[in-house]
Amino acid sequence: MSEETTAAKLTRKDFVSDQDVRWCPGCGDYSILAQVQRLMPELGVEREKTVFISGIGCSSRFPYYMNTYGFHSIHGRAPAIATGLKASRPDLSVWVVTGDGDGLSIGGNHLLHVLRRNVDVNILLFNNRIYGLTKGQYSPTSERGKVTKSTPLGSVDFPLHPITVALGAEATFVARSIDVEAKHLQAVIRRASEHRGTSFVEILQNCNIFNDGAFSDITDKDRKAESQLVLEHGKPLVFGKERDKGIRMSGHKLEVVDLNNGGSESDLLIHDEQDAALAFLLSTLQPPSFPAPVGVFRAVDRPTYDASMAAQVEKAKEKAANADLDALFNRGDTWEV
Amino acid sequence: MQSETVAEKAIEERDRVVIRFAGDSGDGMQLAGMHFTNETALAGNDLSTLPDFPAEIRAPAGTLAGVSGFQLHFSSLDIFTPGDQPDVLVAMNPAALKVNVGDLPSNGILIVDKEQFTDQNIKKAEFTESPLTDGSLDRYQVFEVSITKLTLNALNDMGLPTRTMMRSRNFFALGLTSWLFQRDIEPTLRWIDAKFAKKPEIAEANRRVLKAGYNYGETAEVFRTAYKVKAAEIAPGRYRNITGNTAASLGLIAAARRADLRLFLGTYPITPASDILHELASHKEYDVYTFQAEDEIAGVGAALGAAFGGAVAVTSTSGPGICLKSETINLAVSVELPLVIADIQRGGPSTGLPTKTEQADLMLAMYGRNSDSPVPILAPATPADCFSVAYEAVRIAIRYMTPVFFLSDGYLANGAEPWRIPEAAKLPPVEVEFRKDPKGFFPYLRNRETLSRPWAIPGTPGLEHRVGGIEKDYLTGNVSYAPMNHEQMVRVRARKIAGIVREIPPTEVNGPAEGDLLILGWGSTYGSIESATRALQAEGEKVAHAHIRFINPLPPDLNEILTRYERVLVPELNMGQLVRMLRAEYLVDAIGLSKVQGQPFKVSEIVRKAKSLLGKNQ
Repeated sequence: MSEETTAAKLTRKDFVSDQDVRWCPGCGDYSILAQVQRLMPELGVEREKTVFISGIGCSSRFPYYMNTYGFHSIHGRAPAIATGLKASRPDLSVWVVTGDGDGLSIGGNHLLHVLRRNVDVNILLFNNRIYGLTKGQYSPTSERGKVTKSTPLGSVDFPLHPITVALGAEATFVARSIDVEAKHLQAVIRRASEHRGTSFVEILQNCNIFNDGAFSDITDKDRKAESQLVLEHGKPLVFGKERDKGIRMSGHKLEVVDLNNGGSESDLLIHDEQDAALAFLLSTLQPPSFPAPVGVFRAVDRPTYDASMAAQVEKAKEKAANADLDALFNRGDTWEV
Repeated sequence: MQSETVAEKAIEERDRVVIRFAGDSGDGMQLAGMHFTNETALAGNDLSTLPDFPAEIRAPAGTLAGVSGFQLHFSSLDIFTPGDQPDVLVAMNPAALKVNVGDLPSNGILIVDKEQFTDQNIKKAEFTESPLTDGSLDRYQVFEVSITKLTLNALNDMGLPTRTMMRSRNFFALGLTSWLFQRDIEPTLRWIDAKFAKKPEIAEANRRVLKAGYNYGETAEVFRTAYKVKAAEIAPGRYRNITGNTAASLGLIAAARRADLRLFLGTYPITPASDILHELASHKEYDVYTFQAEDEIAGVGAALGAAFGGAVAVTSTSGPGICLKSETINLAVSVELPLVIADIQRGGPSTGLPTKTEQADLMLAMYGRNSDSPVPILAPATPADCFSVAYEAVRIAIRYMTPVFFLSDGYLANGAEPWRIPEAAKLPPVEVEFRKDPKGFFPYLRNRETLSRPWAIPGTPGLEHRVGGIEKDYLTGNVSYAPMNHEQMVRVRARKIAGIVREIPPTEVNGPAEGDLLILGWGSTYGSIESATRALQAEGEKVAHAHIRFINPLPPDLNEILTRYERVLVPELNMGQLVRMLRAEYLVDAIGLSKVQGQPFKVSEIVRKAKSLLGKNQ
């Protein structure tokens, strides 16, 4: 096949559609779009075999701006539509773009099931902890007590943590990155695209209109060294400007150790993308007590839904002595008049 | 061979017989009925069945709520319904007797399992005294048979637990009735061997009991007469017995094969549609992909995703599922992708009567979506007709790039009749033209005749494009909120669906071309209406029957046909839905006949209403 040669000729521009991008100026989505468009030519997939599917919300306008096949569907249902497409067309590279409301509220059920089935699609969940398109109601990832138009006295419900949810559904690839961290974001999405099975990427994204500073405690330039824990498989969990802090086990919990103050690097946990229990513990870490982990929490190999389904069909075809329609019609007891 | 011994007993010939098996839902009445049906089909009779079972898998044993029934009408003549009343009732316990005996006419044959009329069971069935002794059954020909005892006797040397032995009682009833109507039990014996190949003991038990029942009829001095119903004169060809859901499944597979496309079913289990999933899941060798989704919404969503990718996409459900799928069906209307929505209707609203039939989703299919959202609606008339109509639904969906409703119901889905097996090569073509040429390509540039947009599937170089639920430009498909563009799009979507009239064959009218009364129906009422019409015609009435398969759009000749009759009667298993559409569409004073009891029309109910309209009150 000429996949790589065709794809290699393309550049970022080839993945930019002719539609004007209509997100608010300063929206974190611009950066995510740019990174995805930059990355696409390098993935070795033909443009015509690439499909972006979305639901409803700011993030879900994404497919309109990609010069690939695209389907802007209905609220929360993109994982279901993507499952049908990928299951019937395993040759395609299928991407789902969703948000915290689309993916975790109205579409929460579909997200769980696409993850557990391990359909070979890539899911980018833009988490800005707010409903932007409907102008500023709290979302299922909003922190408790959030004051919005719909919660003037503060929200009283507890948030979902997207990474924890994905791990709970036994997703085979779970990662987190940040809208403005161009290099890191590209690297994470590249790994997601290379993974066989469902890839789930939470992208922390700022909404400068309705939730400015959504994740500033994690993403601010001047404190990110202290507030981000960059996960690397096989490497110790170290963070801090001077890389002088780390994470170790203490009983059944994780704790921060100061390497300059009695802590030893040999005590630190080594990140293991195959370790589900570690991934779960890491998914619970957040400022201010802990840095927020970014990178790949979990990457394991499991059969994919689409390949398994296709294999059953192929096997049935091989086994069938006669699969013509007349044989089908005449099955069972028949009689002649 | 049975003929010599039977010679000792009289054999009476009958044109038609209606038999009903009734018992506890654990008694295997559906199985007995199905096999009696199969034996009857192989005997060459015309037939029609009505399974009638409770929604509960196992209601408390012996109670009225747990009674399950299976009615079969078979004949040497053309028949169209499972029959209004049984000629023969087999009641396996007092509850089954209580629920069903009211339908048995005087002098009807009643076979009961004597041992089941214990004090406890009689009480559970809410009888105050045993109906076997209180004289209440005097007007029937009652045959008290020791079905339980004879079953246990047949198996007493096998060392099986009593519970297991009791499970074979249905085969005794089947064997006995097979003798009574001179059916060949060979096909059932073959089925037992195949079904229980891995449980030889069970196979042996069922075989023994089936034969015991048959031999009991033949030898015991209980039944003096056996009945024979000669083979019907039906059109030559090869036949098999088929239910509506199986026929629909085969129609879908056939259409996909003729289109040379993959068949994708996205669905969620729901009564009475699940058998479509079961049937399709067992035919993967025909490139059939079945996806049991997490819910109704995901089922149709996945189907729509598969349609985007170029598959023949189907979702199957019943009314409650349609409610959940509405938003996605509307998306299919907006993105103009082919999708068959099989709605196997049941009684509602809400959960309603899961296992009982109704035709009350017509308005839902017609209007149950936000905004102006036209969707074609096709409805099969009989179980076997489900094949052709499902096939046609696929053809229309692809040709017009639209979702299409296939509106069946529980009665058609589970009912069975002989199906004349078609030759695959003679089925109409299902033409598919994927757009390949990037030159002059616009996602919404329409075919001049059909007004359908091109099917441009991922994987085609140069046709990369985006579709979505937001209103789009008439040509480019890009997002457009322009006022006049929206009106143009609303109108063109409506015109496209209205244009499907060119696909509709002339409406068949059975009866005089003009006259006093036209009975117009749709869907599963076909058999009852046809039988009623023939009965009225036999009495000299100028009555005709027309049955429409296309409900949206309505047949182009329908208006003219309606004007040729003094009165128009529209029987429906709902509160009057098609009749409302007809009155709105044609300003015709059509009269509705409604029945919402979870049961099909009796022929007599339609005859009575027709006579009252004809001014002939009895």
